[in-house]
Amino acid sequence: MGLSVDASIALAALAPFLAALLTPFVHSLAGRYSGWILALVPAGIFALLLGAVGPVLAGGSISAAIGWVPSYGLTLAFFVDGLSLIFALTIACIGTLIVLYSGAYLKGHPHKGRFLAFILAFMGSMLGLVLADNMLALFMFWEATSITSFLLIGFDHNRQAARRGAIQALVITNIGGMCLLVGVILAQHVSGTWLLSEMRGLEGVLVESGVYGLLLALFVGAAFTKSAQFPLHFWLPNAMEAPTPVSAFLHSATMVQAGVYLLARMTPLLGGTEAWTGILVVFGGVTLIWGALGALRETDLKQILAQTTIASLGLLVLLIGLGSKAAIAAVIAYFVAHACYKAALFMVAGAVDHEAGTREITALGGLADKMPATFIAAAFAALSMVGLPLTVGYFAKEEMYLAVVSGDWKMLLVLAVMVIGNALLAGVALVVAIKPFLGDAVPTPKTAHEAPIAMLIGPVLLGGLGIVAGILPDWLNHDVLAPGATAILGEAVETHVTLAVDLASPLIWLSALTWLLGIAVFRQAHAIRAVLRRLSAGLGWTADQVFDAAMFGLIRFSAAVTRLLHHGKLEFYLVLVFATLAVALFGPMLALGGFDWMVPTAELGDWSKRLVLPDLRPYEWGVIALAVFGLMAVLIARSRLIAILSLGIQGTALALIFLLFGAPDLAFTQLMVEVLSVVILTIVMTNLRLDARDHRPFEDWARDGTLAVVCGAGVSLLLMQILSGTLDTRLSDFFTATSVPIAHGANIVNVILVDYRGFDTLGEISVVMGAGIAILALLRRRRKAEGAAP
Amino acid sequence: MDYVLAALVGVFVSLGVYLLLSRSVIRMLIGMTVLGNGVNLLIFTSGRVMREVAPIVPAGLEVPAGPIANPLPQALILTAIVIGFSMFSFLLVLAFRAYKSLDADNTDTMRLAEPENAPQPPLSY
Repeated sequence: MGLSVDASIALAALAPFLAALLTPFVHSLAGRYSGWILALVPAGIFALLLGAVGPVLAGGSISAAIGWVPSYGLTLAFFVDGLSLIFALTIACIGTLIVLYSGAYLKGHPHKGRFLAFILAFMGSMLGLVLADNMLALFMFWEATSITSFLLIGFDHNRQAARRGAIQALVITNIGGMCLLVGVILAQHVSGTWLLSEMRGLEGVLVESGVYGLLLALFVGAAFTKSAQFPLHFWLPNAMEAPTPVSAFLHSATMVQAGVYLLARMTPLLGGTEAWTGILVVFGGVTLIWGALGALRETDLKQILAQTTIASLGLLVLLIGLGSKAAIAAVIAYFVAHACYKAALFMVAGAVDHEAGTREITALGGLADKMPATFIAAAFAALSMVGLPLTVGYFAKEEMYLAVVSGDWKMLLVLAVMVIGNALLAGVALVVAIKPFLGDAVPTPKTAHEAPIAMLIGPVLLGGLGIVAGILPDWLNHDVLAPGATAILGEAVETHVTLAVDLASPLIWLSALTWLLGIAVFRQAHAIRAVLRRLSAGLGWTADQVFDAAMFGLIRFSAAVTRLLHHGKLEFYLVLVFATLAVALFGPMLALGGFDWMVPTAELGDWSKRLVLPDLRPYEWGVIALAVFGLMAVLIARSRLIAILSLGIQGTALALIFLLFGAPDLAFTQLMVEVLSVVILTIVMTNLRLDARDHRPFEDWARDGTLAVVCGAGVSLLLMQILSGTLDTRLSDFFTATSVPIAHGANIVNVILVDYRGFDTLGEISVVMGAGIAILALLRRRRKAEGAAP
Repeated sequence: MDYVLAALVGVFVSLGVYLLLSRSVIRMLIGMTVLGNGVNLLIFTSGRVMREVAPIVPAGLEVPAGPIANPLPQALILTAIVIGFSMFSFLLVLAFRAYKSLDADNTDTMRLAEPENAPQPPLSY
């Protein structure tokens, strides 16, 4: 391959988006084979990423950067180390199988092309998220996973439950997204860099900063919403409304693991403190037990698996919180094991649903004969989930027990939680793998038969992978666990998972205890379910109902606000407008000392010496008096006609003012307009039977009057303020000086209008034309309406 | 003298606002006109006023001989007057049509766009 490793990393993150754009066309060309063709995209990315394995194993990391907003020094930087490579390879591997699976699962669905495009876009977001080095890019991809998962969960948008699940996932994960954005900006502010790799070089920069508590809360909040930690776990089971391939992808290795990835990524930056350990261990532990018990309560295969995912996420968060070398190695081992078996089991559940027509385990049984390959996949996956030797799940369990087995009472408590949680999960695994497939055959809605090959490749391969990895401990140690744990902790980690059984070590006995308890749980599954259902019925309110109440409360609140502001009474809208005007006039004047000029200066002594009579000539006084008279007459006019005529008086007075103060053009225009207005008003208004007087109740009169006087006074004072300053006459001087020489017009005002500001005048004429057309339309419609009704 | 004009602007604006706050559409229309006149006078005054010297260059000269009235506010106001008149005509016809259709001159009874009892938004997903 001719590509450099750097370029291939950037390509891996961005190619799925391109593919998503092209998917609808590919689908319409390839039809039923589109799944096979489109699976080449993630498969190719997987191959590209394999090219990075060598350099990463050699102890290095790979950086690639594309200029993004160079003026702000932002680069779209990607960074590959052990952690991101494990996540990215898992995503690409499962993504390939999911695309294949979806092609068969949605056979003949009218929107299959759209679905595949969403899946690819989601995969791109997820790859970008785990490969991003720039924290802003990380946030961007984080939000992109929220949006694409919204589209995927709500894919079946005709059902309200699907819409609800999608909205719930979006709202909850976006709250976390906002936390992440604030956290990222804050972290940049503290450390001075957007790049995670650079920040890791600054030892203790976040932990020792004054805002560590806030940073911790923000990042943990982001991770907990995404990774469905108690009490924000409830969106995950509801997201099961999505088609099964979506659940298999989002809830095994991707969407929900983004929070785990973030926590792992931030371990060297935020981890190691008591607060970090305390929060993560407590919430993780509670989530583990809560999810495991929730799984035992359900009977729907997908719901059972969703609850176990919550439990597994809790376990991962707990392990990250512990933060020791063994615990971090266990995180990697468990992540790989979980991704394989959970995706396989979801795909098995989808295949059972697809072929037998139901997912209720109480309505399933004896499918092993009819669906042998599916059963084998389920059995492999369940073995890994139980954690029997020769599976990767076994190593994960050994590592996590190793992390806590020697410690004080707190560690022993954590150990107890882990054993109980693992035992419950083991019981659930047995239920999922045995109940539908073994035992007496039960009649199902559809006559069950083996799933098509594209739906078998995924579960069989992933189930098998869990076994293969389980018999190659050296490869696992050297090529997976050590690089991953080293990348998280930032110091060299050696892991020693082994197949050798040491009976003197407590680990094997703890494992055995887990298995025994798991078998007990399996045998009593029915009774446990009955007890748990009774308990949860007695609980009353669930987090789900709280969410509904909050959402509906939000709708009611916004409706109330809308009603308050949008009440339909025009006069109140105008009162608000003019009150705002008054505030806008007086606020700045008060704040900026606009009234200082009123206070007499020391030399003048007092007010009487400030009073200077304006040097107006008698006829000018006369014109101003005429204007005031016209205005007053409008106000107190007893009949409509007098009001209209008074309107003419004030307009004429204004025209006279223009005439007296050197604006003959204005005076002429004003006079014409005034005459026209009076004539038109008279013609129209005398046709209508309107109230002659302006009746207002006293309180309205007082309110309107006060507002009017305040606004008028404000404008006057503002104008006087303007007049007391100096006028910038550069523009006027330019027009005056150049009117004749370059525009060849003696009337400067006209020259400005038709020459310098010609486009303004064009706009003005367009307004006149628009108004004319609108008036014509209004009047013609009336005539037509009258003509139609004889 | 411009302080007297500033005070006059205040009177124009006050009356315009007062009339706009009326419930009668025709008074609001008159208020619009008065407010528009007030704003025009505001622009005029803020460009400083000067008696009787129109901004016209006498024949045969390149630039005016002495000081002249400020031409810039005049150009702005000229545009404003024309647009103000267009708006006045349009609003008048609109009010006239509204009166004919709704048989109402009172804004409180014009509730076609915002009905009194609008339904609650649906409480579902």
